[in-house]
Amino acid sequence: MNWEAVIGLEVHVQLNTRSKIFSGSSTAVGAEPNSQASLLDLGMPGTLPVLNREAVNKAVRLGLAIDARISRRCVFERKNYFYPDLPKGYQTSQLAEPIILGGEISLNLEDGSEKTVRLHHAHLEEDAGKSLHEDFHGMTGIDLNRAGTPLIEVVSEPDMHSAAEAVAFARKLHAIVTSLDICDGDMSQGSMRFDVNVSIRPRGEQTLGTRTETKNLNSFRFMEMAIHREIERQIEVVEGGGEVVQETRLFNGETGQARTMRIKEEADDYRYFPCPDLLPVVIEEADIEALRTDMPELPDARRERFAQQYGLSDYDAGLLSGERATAAYFEAVVAECGDAKQAANWINGELAARLNAGEIGIKDSPVNSASLARIIERVADGTISSKIAKQVFEACWQGEGSPDEVIESRGLKQMSDSGELERIVDQVIADNPDQVAGYRAADEKKQKKMFGFFVGQVMKQTGGKANPREVNRLLGEKLDG
Amino acid sequence: MKLHEQSLASLKAGLEQGDFSSRQLTQHFLERIRSLDPRLNSFITVTADAALAAADAADAARARGEAGPLCGLPLAHKDIFCTRGVRTSCGSRMLDNFTSPYDATVVARMAAAGAVMLGKTNMDEFAMGSSNETSYYGPVRNPWDQDRVPGGSSGGSAAAVAAGLAPAATGTDTGGSIRQPAALNGITGLKPTYGRVSRLGMVAFASSLDQAGPMARSAADCALLLEAMAGHDPGDSTSVDRPVDDCQTGLDRSLEGLTVGLPEEFFPQNLDPRIAEVTREAVRELEKQGARVVDISLPTMKYSVPAYYVIAPAEASSNLARFDGVRYGYRCEHPENLTDLYERSRSGGFGDEVQRRILVGTWALSHGYYDAYYLRAQRVRRLIRDDFARAFEKVDVIMGPTTPETAFPLGAKSGDPVNMYMADVFTIAVNLAGLPALSMPAGQLDGLPAGVQVIGNYFDEARILNVAHRYQQATDWHRRSPDTGGEA
Repeated sequence: MNWEAVIGLEVHVQLNTRSKIFSGSSTAVGAEPNSQASLLDLGMPGTLPVLNREAVNKAVRLGLAIDARISRRCVFERKNYFYPDLPKGYQTSQLAEPIILGGEISLNLEDGSEKTVRLHHAHLEEDAGKSLHEDFHGMTGIDLNRAGTPLIEVVSEPDMHSAAEAVAFARKLHAIVTSLDICDGDMSQGSMRFDVNVSIRPRGEQTLGTRTETKNLNSFRFMEMAIHREIERQIEVVEGGGEVVQETRLFNGETGQARTMRIKEEADDYRYFPCPDLLPVVIEEADIEALRTDMPELPDARRERFAQQYGLSDYDAGLLSGERATAAYFEAVVAECGDAKQAANWINGELAARLNAGEIGIKDSPVNSASLARIIERVADGTISSKIAKQVFEACWQGEGSPDEVIESRGLKQMSDSGELERIVDQVIADNPDQVAGYRAADEKKQKKMFGFFVGQVMKQTGGKANPREVNRLLGEKLDG
Repeated sequence: MKLHEQSLASLKAGLEQGDFSSRQLTQHFLERIRSLDPRLNSFITVTADAALAAADAADAARARGEAGPLCGLPLAHKDIFCTRGVRTSCGSRMLDNFTSPYDATVVARMAAAGAVMLGKTNMDEFAMGSSNETSYYGPVRNPWDQDRVPGGSSGGSAAAVAAGLAPAATGTDTGGSIRQPAALNGITGLKPTYGRVSRLGMVAFASSLDQAGPMARSAADCALLLEAMAGHDPGDSTSVDRPVDDCQTGLDRSLEGLTVGLPEEFFPQNLDPRIAEVTREAVRELEKQGARVVDISLPTMKYSVPAYYVIAPAEASSNLARFDGVRYGYRCEHPENLTDLYERSRSGGFGDEVQRRILVGTWALSHGYYDAYYLRAQRVRRLIRDDFARAFEKVDVIMGPTTPETAFPLGAKSGDPVNMYMADVFTIAVNLAGLPALSMPAGQLDGLPAGVQVIGNYFDEARILNVAHRYQQATDWHRRSPDTGGEA
């Protein structure tokens, strides 16, 4: 049978406020366990939450970016459940009156087509702490530094039908929240986490099949793998005569395996009710307007601008405009060297390959924008050839110094000095009398083919540093002359 | 007059005139606690050394001319308020080993005003109870008759003030927990408007109802204490950003032209006629001073007890979830796994009444019951608020009995929760509406004090204190003390 997958996402986006959503503790990561947990974060008796308005502002910015309705009044509720890293025994979240309703995100898919995914809503909530199961000899350690970090949970409609669409959605959301500067986008630190709802149905069928939820995926790659696996698994189950069971699943990125976490029959009852310690949040029209006038450039607008302003292909513009950090890097390189086409080629080619291989963010690239611009300049002014430029890039990546230092210390400067180059050309002609004779006897068509041999010999002698134009000129003079 | 029978105002004057030092005063009360409290059991923790050190600091501050409004005056805090470095048990085994790392805003403000803390008073466990019998530390005895309850949940504070173990104390009132024990012990207690006093550092029972207030020997003393306790606290989002009225200068204001409302619902058919008469007698005194009395009705008040026993347990079930044996407080021995840790820590740490309310509240919030119970109770709450709002269009204050009966014998109701809940039938509606209300002693039945309640409009604490003060100027019920036998 021909199956169609139906996919919806719930994305937890950590907001990059300096302090937590209901306490003054820092949200910075990497501190000693429990050193950034206030009395409230520890769930001490008598403590009370005070809303960090900056978290609300960041949520409003997201709402404006995705063209959603922003609630003039939203309500925090308590989601009650017991877990050791949930210090109050409830998570402060939103249910009946979330801050953002509706909205949509447009995707540019790899096959060149476009698609719009609708959003159901997005709500503000606090993150839980972490349970540390290693290093405690069979006991569990609790770190509450993360408890109370503001999250916005974005819930999509089930509008996606393949892993590729889901990943495109996730990447686009990542691009939007980083462009808005409401999230640092650092997936390795869990700044974005995905829960994936998947079901299948015969193509053409309108009703939805039973769905499963795979929780807490923290990379695009794992998400893609998990969705592929889950679609395959469900098809296998159904075609084998079974039924898909509504369940929550966990995916292990290391092994590529997923397993049942819990079956939904033990239906969770979180006993939500409005948090009596917090007043309903009122958002004035004027506040929204002030945030609207202060909106940064969003990925779609930037893509258009890159194509127009820099004459880039749609493809290049798309790649460079998605992430704010990539776009900023690109524009910095162009500002220094003035060559947008070369900048795009380098960033989408060599640099992207190296960053991906090392799972490094562009902000942490060992070759910064100034260095890349300098390499492009040195090719343009003839100091090095484009082939040598790759060597310079590699050396800079390895930390050998600035491009000019590398060119100097490795002696990579292009040989344009006709005196020295002429000696080498003469030597090559002298060392290859047969080839020279053959060349001279040949017709123009054949000569063209044979010319490359001499160029190659000169390049070999100079270690690739000879200026190709100069080599051509000298060889032409000597062979034809 | 003996030091422990004097009002705060008179003790304050004594300190100012140098009749005695704060150290002498503090020693006097510590001595009374030492000799009388083994029987009354009104304190859970006595902080004698810290109290004497604070008294010396107060004396030194006064000598430097830096005396705050409560400088050198001893008082006791209900053990629901977090006190830095001192056990904060909330009357529960769950927190028997808990020392708070911080001071509640109320505690900090009163300390800043110069008050000297004598210790922490006994209470119903997590403030759930009307007799003080649910305390892990055993029941408090009523100083008027030691075989009777002092009321609750602020029973320790009320008994301590009535017996002269402290000139004043703090309490909290979620459904009557200041006013009911004040009435049963013959003292004056004020529950302020919801949001008037910060809840930060008060162990939460039902967050939308809890409010801290003063308990003392007179309305004037309550006025002095309220000014030190009240005011906006940015650390409590539900605290109201509004200046605190001057409650003291208006105390003597004439009652000429005051309109008092008497709701028929406060005088049901089955009410002990002697209790009704205590209120009517008090109202007649006010009439003598120029007040006008009108009959009013609060028709939805009859739903206040059931609505309260949905909303309060619902909030409590969530507020008490943090007591899980993981980070602090009681933890069972040798837990086998996480569920076992939770079950045995919570079953062992909480007493029966607390567990009963957690179960009721959990049930009321559960899927399928939420609309029928929690949401309906919230609608009732709005109706009650509307009833009071309509009444306050016509009257300045509302009066009625604080409790349907005087102090009952220990054990008389502890096996019958619903009968116990009815002890708060006249106080609960005020919490649901968020209004301020005061209970003052206005008579005695068979040697036991009976209280009258004065309810005001929002933030009208100054008015109800004025009414109570004028009443107390003309009567002496508030000056009567139980015979404690001690000669200290």
